[in-house]
Amino acid sequence: MSNEALHGHPEVVTTHDVHHDEHHVHHHKETFITKYVFSQDHKMIAKQFLITGMVWGILGGLMSVLFRLQLGYPDQTFPWLEDILGRWAKGGKISAENYYALVTMHGTVLVFFVLTGGLSGTFANFLIPLQIGARDMASPFMNMLSYWFFFGASVVMVSSLFIQTGPFSGGWTAYPPLSALGDASPGSKTGMDLWIVAMAMFVVSSLLGGLNYISTVLNMRTKGMAMTRMPLTMWALFFTAVLGVLSFPVLLSGFILLLFDRHGGTSFYLSDIYITATKQALPNEGGSAILYQHLFWFLGHPEVYIILLPAMGMASEIISINARKPIFGYMAMVGSIFAITILAFLVWAHHMFVTGLNPFLGSVFVLLTLLIAVPSAIKVFNWLTTIWKANIRFTPGMMFALGFVSLFISGGLTGIFLGNSTLDIHLHDTYFVIAHFHIVMGVSAFFGMFAGVYHWFPKMYGRFLNNTMAYIHFWVTLAGAYLIFWPMHYEGLAGMPRRYLDYSGWESFKHFAELNKFISTVAMIVFAVQLMFLFNFFYSIFKGRKVTTQNPWGATTLEWTTPIRPGHGNWPGEIPEVHRWAYDYSKDGRDFIPQTEPIGPNESKH
Amino acid sequence: MTTTGILLLAILILGFLITFQIAKASEYVSVLKGEKKAFEQNNRINAFLMVVFLVLGLVGVWWCNKMLYPKTLMPYPAASEHGKNIDTMLMITIAITGIVFVITQVLLFWFAFKYQHSEKRTAFYYPHNNKLEVLWTTVPAIALCVLVGFGLFYWFRMTGDAPENAMQVEITGKQFGWIYRYPGKDNTFGKKYYRNIDEATGNQLGLLWTDTTIIKKDRDNNPVGEAKLKADPAGFDDLVDNTAMYLVKGVPVKLIINSRDVIHDVGLPHFRLKMDAVPGTPTTMWFTPQYTTEEMKKITNNPKFEYEISCDQMCGNGHYSMRGVIKVVTPEEFILWKAKMKPAYAIAFPAPEAAKPAADSTGAAAGVKDTLKTVASSHK
Repeated sequence: MSNEALHGHPEVVTTHDVHHDEHHVHHHKETFITKYVFSQDHKMIAKQFLITGMVWGILGGLMSVLFRLQLGYPDQTFPWLEDILGRWAKGGKISAENYYALVTMHGTVLVFFVLTGGLSGTFANFLIPLQIGARDMASPFMNMLSYWFFFGASVVMVSSLFIQTGPFSGGWTAYPPLSALGDASPGSKTGMDLWIVAMAMFVVSSLLGGLNYISTVLNMRTKGMAMTRMPLTMWALFFTAVLGVLSFPVLLSGFILLLFDRHGGTSFYLSDIYITATKQALPNEGGSAILYQHLFWFLGHPEVYIILLPAMGMASEIISINARKPIFGYMAMVGSIFAITILAFLVWAHHMFVTGLNPFLGSVFVLLTLLIAVPSAIKVFNWLTTIWKANIRFTPGMMFALGFVSLFISGGLTGIFLGNSTLDIHLHDTYFVIAHFHIVMGVSAFFGMFAGVYHWFPKMYGRFLNNTMAYIHFWVTLAGAYLIFWPMHYEGLAGMPRRYLDYSGWESFKHFAELNKFISTVAMIVFAVQLMFLFNFFYSIFKGRKVTTQNPWGATTLEWTTPIRPGHGNWPGEIPEVHRWAYDYSKDGRDFIPQTEPIGPNESKH
Repeated sequence: MTTTGILLLAILILGFLITFQIAKASEYVSVLKGEKKAFEQNNRINAFLMVVFLVLGLVGVWWCNKMLYPKTLMPYPAASEHGKNIDTMLMITIAITGIVFVITQVLLFWFAFKYQHSEKRTAFYYPHNNKLEVLWTTVPAIALCVLVGFGLFYWFRMTGDAPENAMQVEITGKQFGWIYRYPGKDNTFGKKYYRNIDEATGNQLGLLWTDTTIIKKDRDNNPVGEAKLKADPAGFDDLVDNTAMYLVKGVPVKLIINSRDVIHDVGLPHFRLKMDAVPGTPTTMWFTPQYTTEEMKKITNNPKFEYEISCDQMCGNGHYSMRGVIKVVTPEEFILWKAKMKPAYAIAFPAPEAAKPAADSTGAAAGVKDTLKTVASSHK
């Protein structure tokens, strides 16, 4: 499909012409090291985040394929697995220890290293200066440090895979005492320390990045770029950063206390413990394992929106661009993002309805949790109204943005079940939860991320991704996601607990064996298609069809006024001035009006 | 690498090559056809697939429900009164969210199909409509109020205090099994202290059977103090068992939930309940079993049926095998079972103290009988 043929008025005046491509602003002379390794250019840092996130995405996905193999075929051995994985699959079977390590690492890396670092790190870095009209981040050096802390965290986390006792295996939430006691589980030894160190480095990275995003958005907008003229992606990334900056330190404090309990002899989370394996009563008394859960979920719930908000912002924008319509209810959308941000801090204890929480307190959290569905519903209805009477172009970005909306609806609605304590008391920690959060903050966030990658790839690399591969990627992933996760709701309704590696010994759950096999098979197909995306990505960087115009999608926002491949500093001359909001599509008979165009004397108001 | 491995790898590579060739070819075809034409064709195909996906998806949802609903717990009545409330709440929520799900998904995919790109049409410039926005702020808010209202009504019913004469059972999680404790004749649990746990003597819970002085030690095994503990006679007749939890049909039970090591979770899928077992912080929940195990075998048409206790909180490598069993029996069966049980104290100290606990044991049965009578009359 021709992307450049898409916009109806290629002659529309933009700030720069193609021949200005070479006139980049050079801040300083760059070497290979300063340009590609320790780069301070926000665009390069964005690409570093993206590629590191992709590596993690593939690793995390591969882990899920491996443990789905165990879940689908618990009685079988796969000798070829041992050839590939060595001790991880001794005798062609994944042991309990390794299974739990895989599950834990899968959760950790996908939630934090891919959907937080990979998603926000990539698009906040890439888009904030470009869309608000800034040369770079407020502090390019801090920005660079943010990536290298992220990279360092990745190295530490990966290294835990290779130590003798293996990585941490107590689940991505790392609840103590399991995570606090080296003797509680084989995976709670050095792997757990490395996990904490990696997560601490990750938090530092998030804070460095987040502070930069906030200060850049607040201080470095170009002339005319009032907050109310910012694209929704900017609002989303801004509030994501606010969420991260206010909640990650709480998680970090939780981890530090955990480290003290592990090695400092403290009892913040420990009390009355007798370890059967060592026949030993531990000295700790008076601590509370629940305290950790409060600290963890104080970040853990906002984390859902740290993952989802950027996807929401990008989907809003991509839908508007490809529907050739203004986003419906811009102010309501901004208000919803704001409301979600506030409420995200007030709902953490809905993860703790079954910890013995005071029932009255539980009821308050039910109310607040379900309240968050209101701004979410507003967003969904606004997206639907945006595509009503539209003129939709099914670019790969648009496909993934629509897929995001579909998945967000499905996953969001099941959140209403789990947010209601009465139902949670039955569904908590079952496959219903797995299905819910994988659809809403796993797959849908991935769809937002894919939408972003397909949409901004031309700006990142000056080439297009292959469309046919993109369409295959979209349809197989969308259908696959529903085939994998929809049936899991039924397993949850049967009370089937998550994190079991074998259900064959359970009268209540063993009748799902065939379904588990089916889910595992689909999961492998979906994973193979992600490999195809990976191939498309790297192949297209070098061999993809070249972009030949500045604004291939016919978008209004500032990033499409830069040269095709902007250099460090983004605009070769003056930064363009902004005169209008970002959503003037199909107005007054014109396909789109860039933000840089002054409002005409006879222009209709919206 | 084994033959299967090589074969799988070959299939994967072949699949990639074919897809890649198709993808490249389609790019050349678009160039030959003209980019505009290729775009229009792709747009039509994808718009069509949107509506195909919608139809197949909705059929799939119906089919999935048909296939899997019988495998859930929903076709059978909940085994507790609380469970019945939860099932009602579940149905209300499914109805409300189901309507929203179908409407929104139909609109999404139908609009995508209907408003696909056409040269003849210009998109409708429609940036906002305050009335509409107020409408879809208030309608979801009202729907959620209904859900919150019903939810909290049931929630407070379930989490209220257990009836005063409810039977009490203590359940303690450990890696990787459950320990059940019942009070004896005195209907009171004896005190316990975790440092007193001694599996060698059968004291799995650290019950205070004798006056003891426990030397407290730090992590390096250095003494840091001592705890003087007085024996608690209330624990002499406590029954401790690892095999199954016995409950009585129609008699409310209050579970006192503990953990000996890490966090576990008492998952009771048939009763639709669960509660964490947290070391150092006991939790409770109560419910009234509605059907005996034997009755449930008939209801579910499964002669192997058991009420199972799952551990729903990640607790270590053996987590998946931490299976417990609940036997819901008639009052008479319960009395018989309890009469056969020996208090843990009597097992640990068979002579000469055995005589006293043995008598207690019989007395315990009588005590239970009294309790059950009281409970039955208060629940009429």
